[in-house]
Amino acid sequence: MPLIRSDKLPVASDADVVTVRQRVRALAVESGFSLVDQTKIVTAASELARNTVVHGGGGTAEIEMLVEGGRRGLRLTFRDHGPGIADVEAAMRNGFTTGGGLGLGLGGARRLSNEFDIQSRPGEGTVVRITRWR
Amino acid sequence: MADVDRIPIIKMGEFLLVSIQVDMHDRLAMTLQDDLTASVVKHRARGVLIDISSLEIVDSFIGRTLANIAAMSRVLDAETVVVGMRPAVAITLVELGMSLSGVRTALTVERAMEMLRASVGETVHQGRAHAAHPE
Repeated sequence: MPLIRSDKLPVASDADVVTVRQRVRALAVESGFSLVDQTKIVTAASELARNTVVHGGGGTAEIEMLVEGGRRGLRLTFRDHGPGIADVEAAMRNGFTTGGGLGLGLGGARRLSNEFDIQSRPGEGTVVRITRWR
Repeated sequence: MADVDRIPIIKMGEFLLVSIQVDMHDRLAMTLQDDLTASVVKHRARGVLIDISSLEIVDSFIGRTLANIAAMSRVLDAETVVVGMRPAVAITLVELGMSLSGVRTALTVERAMEMLRASVGETVHQGRAHAAHPE
């Protein structure tokens, strides 16, 4: 799949979460996303970036602009080397939380994306990847 | 966007007005929650109006903060109305899984002020308005 451009940002603090949101917004605009699609991918990015900080102890966000056939998309990959998730299926459910939040982060990010993938192993960290197409 | 560490709270009569004009990080949202709750008590406010028309997203954290502010204000005898949510934000919020069920909303500031005045009028009528705050 041709990659037009890729950005990698640190995700270690509250302020970094805001920076990720703004960068994803800028690339979604550049990719020609509608306002609703921009809002969905930025919101999903915010949830996943917060998870990286709160649960993963910090990590990175990779933002990739893709083109496939005639369509454009954004692929976001959040990586941490935190404690990992023992039961990924349970963590996907609404209301599951260990961080004192609402437990909407992972499931919500999946609902706001076209493609969703999570790899996690206890002790090794977590990689969450989402894609949204225009 | 400007880096601020506090969102200003404006007192207007018995109401408090807040307009969120920045992309809030989580700590800033928590500070707003604490400041507003303290201000409701300090000014004996009967209503809180929060303008979010500048917000480009409301994620689960900001949504929860708005719900907390509404719940805490209610316990302190003040109504909260959230004003001006953008349509794209509303669509996304519901898809995310948040309905903000405990939060009253209005599309315009005028409508929100009417709602607040009406809720204060009702409680005055029921005779439990200022008796709850003896000097």
